[in-house]
Amino acid sequence: MTMTMTMTTITTDIPIMLDDFLVRAGLAGVGLSLATGPLGAFVVWRRMAYFGDATAHAAVLGVALALATDLPIAAGTLVVALAMAVTVAWLAARGWAMDTTLGVLAHSALAFGLVAVSFFPEVRTDLSAYLFGDILAVTTADLGLIWGGAAVVVALLVWRWQALLTSTLNEDLAHSAGLNPDRERLILTLALAVVVAVALKVVGALLIAAMLIIPAAAARGLARSPEGMALGAVAAGAAAALAGLQLSMWQDTPAGPSIIVAAALIFAVAAAFGRMRSG
Amino acid sequence: MSLIETHHLCIRLGGTEVLHDVSLRIEPGEIITIVGPNGSGKSTLLRALLGIVPAAAGKVGRAPGLRVGYVPQRLHVDRSMPITVRRFLSLPVRVRDAEAAAVLAKVGMDAAGAAQMAALSGGQLQRVLLARALLGRPHLLMLDEPTQGLDQPGEAGFYRLIEEVRAETGVAVLMVSHDLHVVMAASDRVVCLNGHVCCEGTPQVVSSAPEYRALFGLGTQGALALYRHEHDHDHAAPHDHDHDHDHDHHGHSHHA
Repeated sequence: MTMTMTMTTITTDIPIMLDDFLVRAGLAGVGLSLATGPLGAFVVWRRMAYFGDATAHAAVLGVALALATDLPIAAGTLVVALAMAVTVAWLAARGWAMDTTLGVLAHSALAFGLVAVSFFPEVRTDLSAYLFGDILAVTTADLGLIWGGAAVVVALLVWRWQALLTSTLNEDLAHSAGLNPDRERLILTLALAVVVAVALKVVGALLIAAMLIIPAAAARGLARSPEGMALGAVAAGAAAALAGLQLSMWQDTPAGPSIIVAAALIFAVAAAFGRMRSG
Repeated sequence: MSLIETHHLCIRLGGTEVLHDVSLRIEPGEIITIVGPNGSGKSTLLRALLGIVPAAAGKVGRAPGLRVGYVPQRLHVDRSMPITVRRFLSLPVRVRDAEAAAVLAKVGMDAAGAAQMAALSGGQLQRVLLARALLGRPHLLMLDEPTQGLDQPGEAGFYRLIEEVRAETGVAVLMVSHDLHVVMAASDRVVCLNGHVCCEGTPQVVSSAPEYRALFGLGTQGALALYRHEHDHDHAAPHDHDHDHDHDHHGHSHHA
């Protein structure tokens, strides 16, 4: 009797809970952090910050593509982010000067995206949602997408963890152990495109890279192992998402930027603490 | 039976021929050093033997089931990655604590397990890289300029360690180097490379070979001659003295 009662409470509670937009927003932020934590650690270790920026900025172009072809927004951004990431990787392998190339691609992708999107009047009014995210408007379907995407990224990274770490440290070492560093790089590229697609709704195209880099950088000073840094980045990201939402509620600030502000504050505290500890 | 053999191996990188007609055999338990000037294809040869660079012509044959332990030229552990020596030893294959401790003891780094990789000195890092390479119980160790950036005692100590490891495990060792004297003393066989194999044999044979002297001998003598010449010089301005030693002195001969 008690059993069935508990069961009913749970089954009715979850949908009710998800009815609250704030709960959905919190779950979206935490879900995204699960993916951006470990992936962000690789972005920091491999110095891919600008690469992340270029891929994320391409998402706006993806929005335009989705609107033009009646695809879901996430599918459009996934395709364009992937195309951008593959292009950058292809140019890098051909010896293009990366700093300049990424600078050209990142800003061009953003500009092309903004121009392309302006042809769709319905978005024109709502552009900031794509640039800075719209986490308070996350639907239950969006939540499924965010958690599903995060699960894919986490599964990819856990599966390839040892190989990814080895080829991040030294590609020849990875080669000599029978690994293929090019394949590992491709896996990171794929994971990055998925993160961009799911993060667009949460923090927006302009701040996706921040969500990758800042929590990982915050975790760096306190971690002693790669795994510790990845988990620390998940924790820092989740804390930033919840604190940012709180800030947004109190002060009526835009939610996406508030999350990054919280992340930056966490980074500052962690950096100070790390410095104090190391002497 | 040889561990690795190459037959008329030819390597092209981006259209340029880096190595041609290289035929080599590596036998179990021997220490071979490849010497050669910068750009002579030493590292490329190692990468070809590892299977990283494909052969443009000729072939590389490996003994079936050959296990190779590789020590890269340098491992730059970015400060952004926190990783202890112990954790590094478990890449890419996880090893048990007892194995890790044993191999660290073997290279004289007993207490280093908890140290951060980014905090190691050059010599310590080389020892840790060697330890990691030994974990797979290799038949052949390949080391690319293992003592680059070490001071002379560090260098000598590292070669002594290689010698000890060989004596203990019977592993064959293939090293690439451009610092000559210490390396040659520690080798059974020396291969002098300059796009092709100029000469090979015991250190004594190679160091007296005309091909070797053409590559290294004259250069060394030249520098020595220059040094002596400078000392015979009577300088009007003594503060120039140190400066001139480090530089080509042909500008000097004008006013000599």
